[in-house]
Amino acid sequence: MCADQIERLPTGITGFDHIANGGLPKGRTTLVSGTAGSAKTVFAAQFLAAGIKRGEPGVFVTFEETPDALRRNMLGFGWDIARWEAEGKWAFVDVSPQPDEEIVELGSYDLGALLARIEHAVRSIGAVRLSLDSLGAIFTRLSDTRVVRNELLRIVSTLRRLEVTAVLTAERTQEYGEIARYGVEEFVSDDVVILRNVLEDEKRRRTVEILKFRGTSHQKGSFPFTVIPGEGIHVIPLSAIELKQRSSNVRITSGNAELDRMCGGGFFRDSIVLVSGATGTGKTLMATTFMAAGVRQQERSLLFAFEESRDQLFRNAIGWGIDFEQMERDGLLRVICNYPEVTSLEDQLIFMKAEIDRFRPQRVAVDSLSALERVATIKGFREFVIGLTSFIKHQEMAGLYTATTPTLLGGSSVTEAHISTITDSIILLRYVELFGEMRRGLTVLKMRGSGHDKDIREFTIDSRGMHIGRPFRNISGILSGQFTHIAPSEIDRLSAMFRDEESSEARDQSS
Amino acid sequence: MSKIVLQLYIAGHTPRAERAIGTLRRMIESELAGYECDLTIIDVLANPQQAEDQKILATPTLIKSSPPPYRRVIGDLSSVTDLLQVLNLPPKS
Repeated sequence: MCADQIERLPTGITGFDHIANGGLPKGRTTLVSGTAGSAKTVFAAQFLAAGIKRGEPGVFVTFEETPDALRRNMLGFGWDIARWEAEGKWAFVDVSPQPDEEIVELGSYDLGALLARIEHAVRSIGAVRLSLDSLGAIFTRLSDTRVVRNELLRIVSTLRRLEVTAVLTAERTQEYGEIARYGVEEFVSDDVVILRNVLEDEKRRRTVEILKFRGTSHQKGSFPFTVIPGEGIHVIPLSAIELKQRSSNVRITSGNAELDRMCGGGFFRDSIVLVSGATGTGKTLMATTFMAAGVRQQERSLLFAFEESRDQLFRNAIGWGIDFEQMERDGLLRVICNYPEVTSLEDQLIFMKAEIDRFRPQRVAVDSLSALERVATIKGFREFVIGLTSFIKHQEMAGLYTATTPTLLGGSSVTEAHISTITDSIILLRYVELFGEMRRGLTVLKMRGSGHDKDIREFTIDSRGMHIGRPFRNISGILSGQFTHIAPSEIDRLSAMFRDEESSEARDQSS
Repeated sequence: MSKIVLQLYIAGHTPRAERAIGTLRRMIESELAGYECDLTIIDVLANPQQAEDQKILATPTLIKSSPPPYRRVIGDLSSVTDLLQVLNLPPKS
C-alpha cells in the first residue's frame, strides 16, 4: 500500500490507520489541530490508550485538564488511566494550571524544567508514544511567545532524539483557515492532521483530514468520524476501501423463482441489491422473502428494520406464510428494529457493523434506507451507504436495501439518485394505472455482470407472497408515471425494432 | 519571626541560572541580612522528579514557601529591588 521508506506507527484508532496508510510516521511529531470541541484531547488520549494495548507505554503532557479530570473523563471510553499509571504504562507530565498559583515573570526564562520533566517521564517508563495537549495553552500561560516558540522547537527535537512518536494538539479558531493559532505549524509542520466539527444543515458532522505527511503518502480528503462511549474516536474510511471488493459468480435465490429468472439466475453473493418503490408496492415483502429464503437454506440472515415495529413485521411475515419467530428461535434470523431518529448516522453505521460482526450473517437486509436518509445530510447519507455497502461486501454477504420513492406513480427517490451507482442491482417496483385500476409492475433495471429480463412485468401479492406475471404490453411510460396506452399492433412493431436492445439502453431509460 | 524559605529551580548552570543565583545572593546578603534565610538550589536536570512534584514549567523558577504569601517567580530575576517587591520581602512585622 505505501511504497515509501518512512516507517509507520499504527495508532490503533479505528479507521485512522487506514486513511493514514498504516499509521503516523514513526519517531516524528504530528500536529493535531482543531476547534474547541473537535475531540483533540480524546484523540491525544486514545493515541496513548491504543498504544498501551499494543504494549507501548505513553506519556501524556497536559496543559489544560488536570490529570484527575482526565482519569475521570477518559474512563467512559474504557481507558483505566490510573491502573496504567500503577502498572508503569502511562505517565502524566502535569502542567495544568494550578488554581492558587499566580506566576510572576521577572526577567528572561526558558522551558528547561518542562523539557527535563518530559525527558524524565519518557525514560522512566520507556515511552514509545507521547501526547501533548495543547500547544495553545502554553502560549496563554507565558507572555514571551518568542521564547515559547523556541522552546517548543527544542521539545520537538528532544522528542525526535528520544525516538518517541508524538501527537501535539493545537487550537484553531475556525474550521477553515489557518492551521492553528500562534503559527505553531511552523515548527511542527512535517505532519498535520485536522479534526473538524462542522454544523451542516443543522447537524453536527465530525471529520478528520490528514493535511500532510511530509515525504510520504496518505489518503486525501476528509473522512467522517464519531466519538463513541467505550471506544473513543472511530473513523469511517469510505472511498479508501470502495474499490477493493471481491466479486463472486455464485448465485443465491431471492426467494422468488420468477424474480431469480428475471435476474438471470438469482442475485450474486457479495452483491448489493436496491429495491425501490412507492409505499405499499411490496418492498418489505421482498426483504422478508429474501430473508426467509436465506433461512430456508440454513444461511444466517439479519434484517435491520427502520420503518416498522417488530410486531408489525412479524405479523406481515405470517400473512405471507413466513414464521419469523420460529426462524429467530432457530438462531438463523435476527430482526433489529430501530428508530433512525435516536442516533446519528455515523453511530448508526457503527452499531450496524457491530451487529453484523456479532451475528455473522450471510444475508443482510435494510428496510428502508429512506428512513435513515431523513436524519442525515445528503453527504452524510451517501457516506453511510458507501460505508455500509463496502463493509457488507467485504464480509462476503449479500445485501438488499429498500428505498421509498416519494411519489406513488413513477419518479425516483433521492436515495436512489445517491446510491444507485454503489449498488450492483436495482429492482424497481411501480404502481401502474391500467384502465381505471391500480396494478403493480416490476422491472430489473440493472444487474451488474449479468444479463437480465428487460420487461416490466405485472405482479400481484397474496397470502403466499409475490407472484410475477406477464409483461405489460399495451402501456408505456410506467417508470416516469406518465402512462400512455398503446394499441397492440404498435407494440409488435416496436418490439421487432428493438429486439436486440442492450442493457445499457435499459439503463438509459431510467435517467 | 518565621524563617524565609526559598527554592530556586534551574536547568543546568546556564547564564540565566547564574544571573538568578547572583541576584538572590545579593538580596540575601544585603537586604535580608538580619533574617534567617534558607535558600535551596535544585537542578532539574539532576532532579527531574522534584520538578514534576512541584510542577515546575519554566526555569529559573523561584518559590517562596515561607513566610506567606506563597510566591512563584519565573525569570532570571534581573533586579534586587523588583524581586523584593514581588516576594513581599522583607517581612513587614
